Amino acid sequence: MSERLGDWTKGEQAITYQTCAACRHVQYFHRAFCAACGVSDPHEERASGKGRVYAISLVCRAATPETRAHVPYNILLVDCDEGFRLMAHGETGLAIGDSVTASFRLFAGKLVPFFTKEA
Amino acid sequence: MSFITGVGLTPYGKHEGASSLDLMSKAAQAALDDAGLKRAEIDGILCGYSTVSPHIMLATVFAEHFGIRPAYAHAVQVGGATGLAMTMLAHHLVEAGLARHVLVVAGENRLTGQSRDASIQALAQVGHPDYEVPLGPTIPAYYGLVATRYMHEYSVTEEDLAEFAVLMRKHACTHPGAQFHDPITVADVMASKPVAMPLKLLDCCPVSDGGAAFIVSGERTGEAGVRIRGCAQAHTHQHVTAAPGLSELGAEISIARAKEATGLAISDVRYAAIYDSFTITLAMLLEDLGLAGRGEAAARVRSGHFNRDGAMPLNTHGGLLSYGHCGVGGAMAHLVETHLQMTGRAANRQVRDASIALLHGDGGVLSSHVSMFLERVR
Repeated sequence: MSERLGDWTKGEQAITYQTCAACRHVQYFHRAFCAACGVSDPHEERASGKGRVYAISLVCRAATPETRAHVPYNILLVDCDEGFRLMAHGETGLAIGDSVTASFRLFAGKLVPFFTKEA
Repeated sequence: MSFITGVGLTPYGKHEGASSLDLMSKAAQAALDDAGLKRAEIDGILCGYSTVSPHIMLATVFAEHFGIRPAYAHAVQVGGATGLAMTMLAHHLVEAGLARHVLVVAGENRLTGQSRDASIQALAQVGHPDYEVPLGPTIPAYYGLVATRYMHEYSVTEEDLAEFAVLMRKHACTHPGAQFHDPITVADVMASKPVAMPLKLLDCCPVSDGGAAFIVSGERTGEAGVRIRGCAQAHTHQHVTAAPGLSELGAEISIARAKEATGLAISDVRYAAIYDSFTITLAMLLEDLGLAGRGEAAARVRSGHFNRDGAMPLNTHGGLLSYGHCGVGGAMAHLVETHLQMTGRAANRQVRDASIALLHGDGGVLSSHVSMFLERVR
């Protein structure tokens, strides 16, 4: 199996995704196989970090002391240009359909993707 | 054939000092009494889970505690869909002849047994541990995401969503066991504290203590005949990040399967018991199930369609939003209320005709769905 690329879940400033060589299925949650056809070892790549806002929720009530320090924070679902959807943070004032670009920020001690409106 | 032969329900709210087992026992005893059955006649037990007192073998823990040695027993975990999933399994166990009387039970001291933060935190773990939970989402945030998208696609407003909270509270005001009895208005919902926008405090169900139980039997044990006409499930994803588009969610799939299994249509339904963890959940499910057109559920609330005396009485006990939500037991209260309505025992809440009822449960973030039709038989 090919080496796993570092991404934000491992503390690196990157978003990665996988593409199946057999059926071209694109998946965001890392697996050793394609969830659509089962073929092993899907090809892993770094995403461009560009996409469009699919949904937004501004969290005003958090459940832990670490996350409470950040309220309110905007949680997004972003449809990335490469064809997968991810959950991330974003600047306030974003609207569904906005074109956005990823950067990375510390949140509750961990690196998370943070999207801002494309200029 | 299978029948729901007895139901039991505690009030929801605070039960200081009561454990999950205490609440399960109380509800189970009430269901046994209602069915006119003794412990020794119960040969199957299905139970939910308790986030306050997790156990890898809760069904046998309960069976020993309550004093039953069943031939079949285990716990079931499908989040908010657990109650109806257990009922569906009990139905099939009974139909297959594996059990004669299955006790379906759940209860949890979720309000007084742990802090509200602990409860919110425990539930947020339905999110993906690597790709979602580090972002600090809560269950309201998962549903908040779904809500903004739904509002965007179908031109639904926050005021529209508020109507569902107002309706559930109106119904709860007529049930002595409900957690909340103060009437609220759309303005109250709009002015309530923001939780995960667009969802505000009154758009969210509360955390409650409570227990619910029923018995599913192969034959009637009394006069009242409430038959499980048929049911179906659908599971499309676990995490909201991996959810399909709004037009491909599981409720539409499970209701289509349930209609096919029973030969029934939505036009046959006289009473609706629909999962309502948040106002958006109820709005979406009503529309997904065909109980309202797309984007039209709120207008139907405003016109009185879902009132006790309306064309399609809905959650007349007040639902999760106002009767309360104690975990697995939460949505089981919908079934208990449906049974009372179908057997003419709903007192001041009694509807004119509950001869055929549609129940629907949702677990996770619209991840797991169970649709069920109940029918009154004479």
